[in-house]
Amino acid sequence: MTTQPPKSEAAAAIGRRLAGHRLLWPALILLALLLGNLAFHHDFFSVRVRDGHLYGSLIDILQFGAPLILVALGMTLVIATRGIDLSVGSTVAIAGALACGHISTAAHPGSVATMLTAVALALGVALVLGLANGFLVSGLGVQPIVATLILMVAGRGVAQLITDGQIVTVTSAPYKMIGGGYWLTFPFAVLLAAALVALTAFVTRRSALGLLIESVGGNPAASRLVGIRAGGLLALVYVFSALCAAVAGLMISSNVSSADGNNAGLWIELDAILAVVVGGTALTGGRFSLGGTVLGALIIQTLSTTVYTLGVPPETTLVFKAFVVIVVCLVQAPVFRAKVLRRRRTTTPRSHTTAGAAPLQQEVRA
Amino acid sequence: MSTGIASAAAHLTRPFATVSPRTRTRIPLIVTAVLLAVMFSVGSVRYEGFLSAQVVLNLLIDNGFLLVVAVGATFVILTGGIDLSVGSMVALSTMLTAWLVESHGWPLATVIPLVLLVGAGSGTLMGWIIHTFEIQPFIVTLAGMFLARGLCYTISTESITISDPTTVGIAQTRLYGPGGLFVSIPVVIALAVLVIAFVVLHHTRFGRNVYALGGNESSARLMGLPTGSTKIAAYAVSGLCSALGGLLLTFYMLSGYALHAMGMELDAIAATVIGGTLLTGGSGFVLGTALGVLVLGTIQTVVNFQGTLSSWWTRIVVGALLLVFIVLQRLMSGRRPAAD
Repeated sequence: MTTQPPKSEAAAAIGRRLAGHRLLWPALILLALLLGNLAFHHDFFSVRVRDGHLYGSLIDILQFGAPLILVALGMTLVIATRGIDLSVGSTVAIAGALACGHISTAAHPGSVATMLTAVALALGVALVLGLANGFLVSGLGVQPIVATLILMVAGRGVAQLITDGQIVTVTSAPYKMIGGGYWLTFPFAVLLAAALVALTAFVTRRSALGLLIESVGGNPAASRLVGIRAGGLLALVYVFSALCAAVAGLMISSNVSSADGNNAGLWIELDAILAVVVGGTALTGGRFSLGGTVLGALIIQTLSTTVYTLGVPPETTLVFKAFVVIVVCLVQAPVFRAKVLRRRRTTTPRSHTTAGAAPLQQEVRA
Repeated sequence: MSTGIASAAAHLTRPFATVSPRTRTRIPLIVTAVLLAVMFSVGSVRYEGFLSAQVVLNLLIDNGFLLVVAVGATFVILTGGIDLSVGSMVALSTMLTAWLVESHGWPLATVIPLVLLVGAGSGTLMGWIIHTFEIQPFIVTLAGMFLARGLCYTISTESITISDPTTVGIAQTRLYGPGGLFVSIPVVIALAVLVIAFVVLHHTRFGRNVYALGGNESSARLMGLPTGSTKIAAYAVSGLCSALGGLLLTFYMLSGYALHAMGMELDAIAATVIGGTLLTGGSGFVLGTALGVLVLGTIQTVVNFQGTLSSWWTRIVVGALLLVFIVLQRLMSGRRPAAD
């Protein structure tokens, strides 16, 4: 990501570089999906300007995909540390519930100050939730999957508690702006997501932070020995993930002007994990690709849009996505590559294959 | 580790280091027993009719399916793994049973073995993928969780009510004991499963292999134990138990619904952990899991008796309780945190 090919290099070399680029496959899949949609809807690629706003299927994918991009962004850094955050869906629900709950009871629901307080409230609580996850994982050494599972299930209860089991509806123009508004003809949610992705990419790739996170994910013990504050970094990524999920929750609730404790962000953790692994970040940690995650999230969102436009019951996409998760994880797994893929491609003797696979074995218990 | 929270935690991590390991593993169990006793005392003081033998039996009637599922989860957690698919498997079993019996008119005697086979089969498959390709258990079982839930929706997005006379007959059968006390057939099945699991875990070679695998996988392998087949079998047991739990839930609810047993994986894990089984594997008691199920059931009963509390409070309390016991486990274990 940081090294650009020199201008003097031959075009062939650039082409070869492009073919080996790790974003090539996600980009090709996305392109194929979009072209597939074009076959069904001939105006799929058309983007029009109406009332000074951009309209079109592509813009829709971006706008509805913005929350997923954000959740997946936070998830990428967590997964880079060899962790996982299952609680993002609940955080989405809690953030939306808090913000809508605050606006619906405020004296001036339509004022900018109310909106800002609501946003601050949601982000503040998300910060606490992220710290709690981070403390369990880094302070107490609980497996990430279990630590975040608690909030995943109990968090829905909390969201229900905040909304009192109802769907809280709000009418607030400034709040509507976050998820459904437009700014400079672009959907505001897309701009917000793009800004946060750019900021994260800048901070992790222009400073040593990204490297440190990868080092903690690659080998926590070794990173501690070279003086990296693994505990603090771990806590930081869980806080970041919770904050991203909270912003996504604000977008989702703002877009539909209501908060639903039960269904807001339901199953989004699967989509986010899927986006991250499709984007080329391995679940074993130690390496991450933000560009890949964004592409992955767009692929997932395009898939969902396709399912809707094809008229398939949307619930059944869960089956499809579960298969994709397993296939992508299998293809990424070193053992699978060694046992299945390599055997097919080359005619190396069996003893050679096992010898080559041995150093690739890694600790699978988190 | 030199952050503020981390260093504070480091002081707290090993307060029980001097206690013998054998006693240490018993402490969560004692805490659970005391908790159960306290909840019952408070309940019987606060609510009229709380302290009766039938209320205790009702705990079993209302939670028999959870007991079976949690027993299965105990096997997997003892090996150091985790099975997130149990709740969805339960839902899929209710859905399959209701769909085949109601919409297709299959006899119950055919459906039950089929559902159990589906459960055991999917557990075996997940275990095989986890073992053969060395993928983390959580991601495989998470995919299994979504797959099973998605299959439920594929069958039907609506709830299927069961009116088949045989099923309804079995569901409504009451087995009376002395003093007019009664239990349902699922309670008997659940207790039988508990006894079988106890015998298997503590008195068979497979049980010892499960403990050895959870204690230290590479040591177990070096000792020549069949780690692979043990691991796969543990997930198969979990799948079988969730399918059986799903059947019991079908009898309890008399319906199949894709939204049944939402979040039951947390309940099963919570019951196991509250019952004194270490999440890192290798140490625990299946009878403790039964105690854990009783604790969760009592929470539900208290919420019901209170009447003014909404059901989502149960979720929150279960989550909080799991949190407390996980922290307790960390304090007991005397191991340094993994991040260190």
